[in-house]
Amino acid sequence: MTLKMPEPKPDILARRAEIVAALRAIVPGEGVIDDLDGRRAYESDALTAYRQIPLVVVLPDTKEQVAAILVWCRDAGVRVVPRGSGTSLSGGALPLEDGVLLGLSKLNRILEIDYDDRVAIVQPGVTNLAITRAVEDRGFYYAPDPSSQIACSIGGNVAENSGGVHCLKYGLTTNNVLAVELVTIDGEIVRIGGRALDPGGLDLLGLIVGSEGLLGVVTEVTVRLLATPETAKALLMGFATVQGAGQAVAEIIAAGIIPAGMEMMDRPAIHCAEAFVRVGYPLDVDALLIVELDGPEAECTYLADEVAAIARRNGATTLRASRDEQERVAFWAGRKAAFPATGQLAPDYYCMDGTIPRRRLPEVLQRMDRMSDDFGLKVANVFHAGDGNLHPLILYDANIPGQLERAEAFGSAILRLCVEVGGVLTGEHGVGVEKRDLMPEMFSENDLAQQQRVKCAFDPDLLLNPGKVFPTLHRCAELGRVHVHRGQVPHPDLPRF
Amino acid sequence: MCVHRPNDEQALGALISDAAAAGRKLELRAGGSKAQIGWRAGIADIVDMSAFAGIVDYDPAELVLTVRPATPLAEVEALVAADRQMLGFEPFDHGPIFGAQSGHATIGGVIAAGVAGSARPFRGGARDHLLGFRAISGRGEAFVGGAEVVKNVTGYDLPKIIAGSWGRLAALTELTVKVLPVPRETSSFAVVGLDPGRAYRAMARVQGSTADVSGAAFIPMQAGAPSRTVFRLQGARPSIDARTETLRAALADFGATDEIDGDVWETMRTLAPLREQAVLWRVSLPPKSFAAFVERLDRPWLADWGGGLVWLGGGDAEPVRGAAELLDGKAMLIRGGGAPTFHPQPAMLARLEERVRRAFDPAGIFETGRFDAH
Ligand SMILES: Cc1cc2nc3c(=O)[nH]c(=O)nc-3n(C[C@H](O)[C@H](O)[C@H](O)COP(=O)(O)OP(=O)(O)OC[C@H]3O[C@@H](n4cnc5c(N)ncnc54)[C@H](O)[C@@H]3O)c2cc1C
Repeated sequence: MTLKMPEPKPDILARRAEIVAALRAIVPGEGVIDDLDGRRAYESDALTAYRQIPLVVVLPDTKEQVAAILVWCRDAGVRVVPRGSGTSLSGGALPLEDGVLLGLSKLNRILEIDYDDRVAIVQPGVTNLAITRAVEDRGFYYAPDPSSQIACSIGGNVAENSGGVHCLKYGLTTNNVLAVELVTIDGEIVRIGGRALDPGGLDLLGLIVGSEGLLGVVTEVTVRLLATPETAKALLMGFATVQGAGQAVAEIIAAGIIPAGMEMMDRPAIHCAEAFVRVGYPLDVDALLIVELDGPEAECTYLADEVAAIARRNGATTLRASRDEQERVAFWAGRKAAFPATGQLAPDYYCMDGTIPRRRLPEVLQRMDRMSDDFGLKVANVFHAGDGNLHPLILYDANIPGQLERAEAFGSAILRLCVEVGGVLTGEHGVGVEKRDLMPEMFSENDLAQQQRVKCAFDPDLLLNPGKVFPTLHRCAELGRVHVHRGQVPHPDLPRF
Repeated sequence: MCVHRPNDEQALGALISDAAAAGRKLELRAGGSKAQIGWRAGIADIVDMSAFAGIVDYDPAELVLTVRPATPLAEVEALVAADRQMLGFEPFDHGPIFGAQSGHATIGGVIAAGVAGSARPFRGGARDHLLGFRAISGRGEAFVGGAEVVKNVTGYDLPKIIAGSWGRLAALTELTVKVLPVPRETSSFAVVGLDPGRAYRAMARVQGSTADVSGAAFIPMQAGAPSRTVFRLQGARPSIDARTETLRAALADFGATDEIDGDVWETMRTLAPLREQAVLWRVSLPPKSFAAFVERLDRPWLADWGGGLVWLGGGDAEPVRGAAELLDGKAMLIRGGGAPTFHPQPAMLARLEERVRRAFDPAGIFETGRFDAH
């Protein structure tokens, strides 16, 4: 791997036995994994190109144990990498050679469900889908629905501020979480946020969500529950050109319709998915659009007619509306299988996650096409069309020397392009180690220094998940000294975002 | 005390870094519609931000608007309304609440104060709609947070902490907000005569149904008029019609559901029934605590957000904050009294907040005493 991680501390490596013993004193029994095979199971998350066997793995059963582990690690100067289910696509849970891997999987209980105020309080290791499963028979659900929802933990969702196909209408994790319990590196157990909205203090909760395990360890999450919509209807629409599909999306929004989901696939993705699941996607189109409407039957039918009219106006060549739940699920099957489907075309794929202003889509896809030729690697695109979040899937074969490096270079070029057209490096998968070194594409040194000062407010010794998010982690004392000369706003000529 | 009026970021940065070096305090001011919240301790210079005004970029199809903070809220609202869009968090002007003219509130002010209207529980608050910003920190340095697209998780989500920070972290010079389409139609409904306990149950029942309301508020009995528990439905007509049936069914146990005009939402924005009150509290609560809270305090009040927000006229800090505290709520002092503006935080959280404030403003120049007891 080409990635540079923080230099392991030799004294910590040398004290491994002592560290293991200390953790065993805090978490008795099976909760400390010391043997090589056991540790190897944690060597990577879903970004499998990067691997590192951790110093030791600890799986606490209680928040008090989490607190004791963190205090001990702070006092001993040991780094800590929190981990939920290990489905991060950005290497957020990549272990450190000299770091304790702190797994939250045993904290997996649903603590309280309040149907009157429509909230659930759960431990971080509860999976995203388990929350919905626990409340669906009463007609409720938890809205953010990452495709990994069967496996990913709510603690990981909070750390990554995860989204899903329905976040256009219902928001990301940050818009659906009311409170967390956070254990700081000092072992303090703090409740941040609450059931009362906008209570007046600083919105620390907003900072914690999306902080990728760098500010503290989440040991409890209070989420909002919503009433499950009565019906959902999906429209499947094929377009001869990406422009046509893009224009249809713009007109749907302009008509004041915010669909529950609005997904686009390009030609390679359509072909891949159809070959894999055979749901009858049209193969003679350049873009496929799936628009889902939810609400009362009357609303879905009414708006579906409007969406269909917009699609026709913009040259849709196929247009099908789901007649029942089975057909709706079938429309989605190909989209949901897009990732594994690409696995049919190439042994490995690399999933990117930039966001662009929607209007730039045709241009971005064209340039990506040219890059695909330049790098000699194929790419298929699935796109959260409503909010501009693009998932190019780069196909490669890690067994062919040089292809992994080329895939990474292609990926970086795509993300630079996203920033160049006014977008961002990551829409929902997080920075992790993957996009860490690209952060200066989007942020100036000042911007990054300001973000790091926030890190220092929580973790002054930089022990929590170092090597993630920040391309260079300055010592906190150094950051305090950096100062700008009077009136000299650095880089005044840089573009705004 | 003097008033500075920097014209650009360069001048603002210089002003701030000079103040930091000299140990002076600065209070950021745009329209002044909320100037009466807190008090003037007299230790700070005023920074008049009015030069930072104007629309930078508005792209209706992207649902994104970039604007300078001192732009009047009314101007922003008119701009997006022309494209049948709106600010989804329904910010409002505090002017009328203080008996002043409306029209002075600015977009930066309502974001910095985290002002959100009746749709808050359903469409999110200022925090949920601020996508990106540009600002000068307490070190005098320009920096950005967030971005100009609706979906972004690159780096810490600084817009969240800037929204509602009341100018205590940095001086905003530009902000990008998400906009939403204006619902095509709106209908409002009321059930009369419920007591607070029953009203809470009715609001909870409705919000747990698929009626999908965008407003649920309660106006207590006053001057002989019975209480009203009110709901708002928005969307396309066929959708509202279908959901009206759902709403009526959900409320069947509570009495007849009558359609009313929409003035009631204006009442919730201007708090007209509480205008004469010398002291005004804004109490955020778990909705469940609503009835227990209002029954403890014999004062005039209005409730919004399904019971999650109580505007309370009068009452001393101790009983109001005590009752809120007991019920997991927080009471913010909006007008009068002499108590600290914000509900005191538990010690551990207060220390954490302090450290975060220092991360943006190491010398504490934005801490003007405005929100302290006096
Ligand atoms: C097939 C597939 C599909 C996916 N689809 C989506 C999608 O549609 N949308 C989307 O947004 N993401 C998606 N993801 C990415 C991933 O599932 C999410 O980022 C998820 O939130 C990670 O959760 P996790 O429990 O696996 O966390 P992990 O991978 O274990 O950890 C992720 C990060 O969170 C930190 N962390 C974990 N738990 C805690 C805690 N309790 N306290 C503090 N920090 C913690 C870790 O340190 C790490 O930085 C997908 C992944 C896969 C493999």
